[in-house]
Amino acid sequence: MSELTLTVMRLGFLAVLWLFVIVAVQVIRSDLFGTRVTQRGSRRESARPQQAARQAAPPQQRGQQPAATGGRRGRNAPTKLVVSEGTLTGTTVALQGQTISLGRAHDSTIVLDDDYASSRHARIYPDRDGQWIVEDLGSTNGTYLDRNRLTTPTPIPLGAPIRIGKTVIELRK
Amino acid sequence: MSSTTNTSTQHTSTIGAIGTPSRRNTELALLAFAVVIPVFAYVNVGLALNDQVPAGLAAYGIGLGVMATIGHLVVRKFAPYADPLMLPLATLLNGLGLVAIWRLDQSERLQLSKTYVEASPRQLLYSAMGVALFIVVLIFLKDHRVLQRYTYISMAASLVLLMLPLVPGLGLDVFGAKIWISIAGFTIQPGEFAKIVIAVFFAGYLMVKRDALALASRRFMGLYLPRGRDLGPILVVWAMSILILVFETDLGTSLLFFGMFVIMLYVATERTSWIVFGLLMSAVGAVGVASFEIHVQQRVQAWLDPMGEWELSKTVLGHSAQSMEALWAFGSGGTLGTGLGQGNSDLIGFAANSDFILATFGEELGLAGVMAILLLYGLIVERGIRTALAARDPFGKLLAVGLSGAFGLQVFVVAGGVMGLIPLTGMTLPFVAYGGSSVIANWALIGILLRISDTARRPAPSPAPNPDAEMTQVVRP
Repeated sequence: MSELTLTVMRLGFLAVLWLFVIVAVQVIRSDLFGTRVTQRGSRRESARPQQAARQAAPPQQRGQQPAATGGRRGRNAPTKLVVSEGTLTGTTVALQGQTISLGRAHDSTIVLDDDYASSRHARIYPDRDGQWIVEDLGSTNGTYLDRNRLTTPTPIPLGAPIRIGKTVIELRK
Repeated sequence: MSSTTNTSTQHTSTIGAIGTPSRRNTELALLAFAVVIPVFAYVNVGLALNDQVPAGLAAYGIGLGVMATIGHLVVRKFAPYADPLMLPLATLLNGLGLVAIWRLDQSERLQLSKTYVEASPRQLLYSAMGVALFIVVLIFLKDHRVLQRYTYISMAASLVLLMLPLVPGLGLDVFGAKIWISIAGFTIQPGEFAKIVIAVFFAGYLMVKRDALALASRRFMGLYLPRGRDLGPILVVWAMSILILVFETDLGTSLLFFGMFVIMLYVATERTSWIVFGLLMSAVGAVGVASFEIHVQQRVQAWLDPMGEWELSKTVLGHSAQSMEALWAFGSGGTLGTGLGQGNSDLIGFAANSDFILATFGEELGLAGVMAILLLYGLIVERGIRTALAARDPFGKLLAVGLSGAFGLQVFVVAGGVMGLIPLTGMTLPFVAYGGSSVIANWALIGILLRISDTARRPAPSPAPNPDAEMTQVVRP
């Protein structure tokens, strides 16, 4: 085999090997779905109170008038649930009309590793109008929306903190 | 009602864009690529050595292709949302390993040696067994959280696996390291399997205990110092790894287990102090053992002065020339390498196709090729850590971190050893090096990681149809 052919094959092989690495990295780059990690730290802390304040008024209204127009709800509908405090900080779950169960049970959507959480602690689900509702499932230590302990299924305003033990979750757009 | 239905479908579809294509077709395309590269390498070796396309090309190409296809189909059926990259990366590394082993089989120098066996057909068989175990894991492990039930059984099992090589009549002493057992003519390295089992134990244990380990601590000079009694577990694992080092004289396994525990402890508690403690303890342990264990002293000596060791090996029995020869192989490869089949890495002789296989790549593919191969390993580890991030249960997170951490550590220990960065320890380069236990265990490891990533990336089930919605029609203007 001539020297030239072998040199071409040698360089060609290295090129192909690197091409594979580059293609693999491209796949990772385009792999932007599923759970995403949010920034921890001060930016979120400063952003949240504003967001909560902005959203403070609508909830009661919206809770009582679920017949808001489709367009408005489409714009304000939360798209993800974000864990903002606790051991699972940074975990997000895309909201797709499914019921999200929270608790220490292994089959929960979000498995809480928290001594203050019950095994089936709470669930979050959309009602027929697409409004997200949080319901306490008879937990020992309670579920708090803002500062209030839940007694009935309650609509969740965007950005309002739901506290379960040491874990805080909120819905975000 | 109709307007509501419209909104809700729009609603789902907008989120669907963030959501979840299964990416199985990406995986298939990458797999095809990953099979073509080793075939190319195989042709290249054949042309360089004998001026002809090797006769076994069809067998190897089809063998690798069939394994990849079956693996892919099983993933498609049983883990449809799993990570698209891990299977192609593992297949490519396995294929490259097969080619390198076949290439060393062709060496006339090695064929003359007493210990020569034709290794590549066996390695192909082991790879097939590995893929079979991978498939078994994917089919029978429906949910990785099942493993959590076996936390303490795994502890016992991993201890038994680690102790097996010490059982008289079962264990084999191969050139100083007692990490093999021999059953019915097969030699098995139980440590490779123990790696996976013990990760299950660490994950289950740390999930329960991590609050105590993380919270009860005093702050001192910027570090959180754990309470004395919380040092218990890390001391026990440390003692275990020291015992492995003393009785099995295997630095690699010992480092792997202790390192994996420290990584998982750090991830579970978010306390940097554990890493500091871990590094201190492993340094103390290694220095302590090296002070009386001759096998370890030799390895350290060969690391500090490979040239002197090489000269000694010409006259004194029991010294090894391999470290220096591996460095020469890397050196003569240069940046772009000599080309596949055109190097002289077979001069390393014993273990050229297992512990020292990276030297073959270093010589024939050069720095560029070795970097690409290390990046392939890096990508597997990255996907493992990514899986851990995406997992929604603490046990899955810790298990994924532990498995990918162990994988990464193993690559570091063996590559660092061959390249002279750290003292050499007999470990296998995952997927590439010749050795059945290693290939099979690592395929199982990839299977578990794929299972975790499938659970993590699977979209939540669509809401059950609400019977009330059928009954009560809400009339809207």
